Formats: sequence, C-alpha cells, structure tokens
Amino acid sequence: MLSFLNGISQSLDAYLVLSGILFAIGSFGFLARRNAISMLMSIELMVNAVNLAFIAFGAFSPSLAADAGVIALIVIASAAAEATVGLAIVIAIYRNKKTPLVDEYDAMRQ
Amino acid sequence: MTLPPTIPLLGFGWNDLLFLVLAAFMVVGGLAVVLQRDIIRSGLAMIFCFAALAGLYVTLGTPVVAGAQVLVYIGAISVLVLFAIMLTQTKAAPRALVFQTQALPAAIAAVVLAVLIGLTVVSTNWPQQAATTAVAAADLAAKLFSAYTLPFEVVSVLLLAAVVGGVFLAKRERGEAD
Repeated sequence: MLSFLNGISQSLDAYLVLSGILFAIGSFGFLARRNAISMLMSIELMVNAVNLAFIAFGAFSPSLAADAGVIALIVIASAAAEATVGLAIVIAIYRNKKTPLVDEYDAMRQ
Repeated sequence: MTLPPTIPLLGFGWNDLLFLVLAAFMVVGGLAVVLQRDIIRSGLAMIFCFAALAGLYVTLGTPVVAGAQVLVYIGAISVLVLFAIMLTQTKAAPRALVFQTQALPAAIAAVVLAVLIGLTVVSTNWPQQAATTAVAAADLAAKLFSAYTLPFEVVSVLLLAAVVGGVFLAKRERGEAD
C-alpha cells in the first residue's frame, strides 16, 4: 500500500528534507513569537536541524562519520553556551522591564 | 521467530517504520514548540522533539552524539529553559496574543524556505553509500583529540566564558530591590 516508502530510512534525501523542515519550523518560531524565551527555543530547534544534517551527511559517507560526530558534539557545546548567555540576558532584561515580550523592549527606539 | 522483511499491509521495512515514527514525533514536537500558546507546554514539547532527534541519531549510527543530546539538551538546556520560563511567567503574561503581527509573512517565509531546501536536496545527486556500522566512541575520541584539538579547547574556553558571563548577567546588583 505504502510501498513507495520502502527504503526511506536508507536515503540521505529523507534526512536532509527532515532537517530542512525542522529548520523552517525554527525560523518561523523565531520570527513570529513575541516571547523572548520562545525565540530562544526556536533557535535551539534550528541548531538541532543543522546538527541532524551534519550527522546524516556523516552517516552516508562512512569516511566522514567520525568527523561529523565530533562536529555535532562541538555544535551541541556551543549551543549550550548560547542558551546560557541568552537566558541570562532575558532574565536580566526581565528584571528591568518586567516583561518577557520582545516587542515591549523599545528603550533604544525612543 | 523472525520478522518478515517488510511490514505486512504497509509494504515498507521495519527501519523505515522506525524512521517515520521518529520523524513524525520530531516534526510534531517542533510544531508544538512554535505553535503552542502555553509557553510551559512548548518547553515540554521541546523535550519531546529533542528525544525523537536523539532516536534519529541512534538510527544514523552515532550513539555517542545521541547520548550527548540526551544529557545536554534534555538534561541541561531544557531544564534551564523551563526555569527561565517559570522565572519570567507573570499573571500579566498574554494567553491570547502570543504571535507578532508579522506571523503570517513569517509563516509564508518558513514554508518557502522548507520548499526551497526540499527542492535543492531532492534535485542534487548526493554521492551516498548507506551507513553500515555505528561510529565507535574510540574513533570519535581519537578524532576529537587529534584533528579537532583546537576546536575542543576553544569550545571549553567558550563554555567557561559563557558560564561566567551568564552568572554575571543574571545576578542581582547589590542593593537592588526585588
């Protein structure tokens, strides 16, 4: 019935399309949400999409598999650093402005 | 007892079923992160999405990265995000108006981006051989400490700087009320 899906887990295209979909979801969230923490979560989604692409490329070209794993680990570590600083900034701004909504951060517009 | 090579009635293999289920979980979790009105729920959906992604890493033969994903993303970053949500949730937080006014153009742009990436991927002929074995942790470690020593050291300094900077930014000024 659905036999066109046979072998989809052995095709690089499927993983890359999946990664593109996740990246697009993340970019939508980053552009559309008002809450600063939601925007940070969307950035995490985009970082993970890129990581999935790295791992998929590594898995489908065996000489690069270990390199892809190392790059993915480094990306995970830098994403952790980014999340730490981003959330600290959000909390510091929240302490002054009492709101997590980015469209009310207008101090530099006035 | 042995399983048949393809699933009866559906016509695709068991690995494909695993891939499809994990991919569906991941996409649904990601959509829930960006579309959910209640931000706590979108934080929980993020954990769900990252867990499915860790499963995909395992099926792609990198269990070490999957373990790091579970430890760092589910264990650390999601908890940090949930803490930040709880620190910044107020009674006045909007329930109804969670999207910016440019949400519709943003949705169109995201769909266009996904379609463009999909078309590019499908129309390119990747030189591919399917993965056979999983990457051993020893291979990964050998790479990490030989060819990638400099990035490793830079990332460790970056993490230290981020932790110090995070503490400095988030700590209360002396004598500040609240």
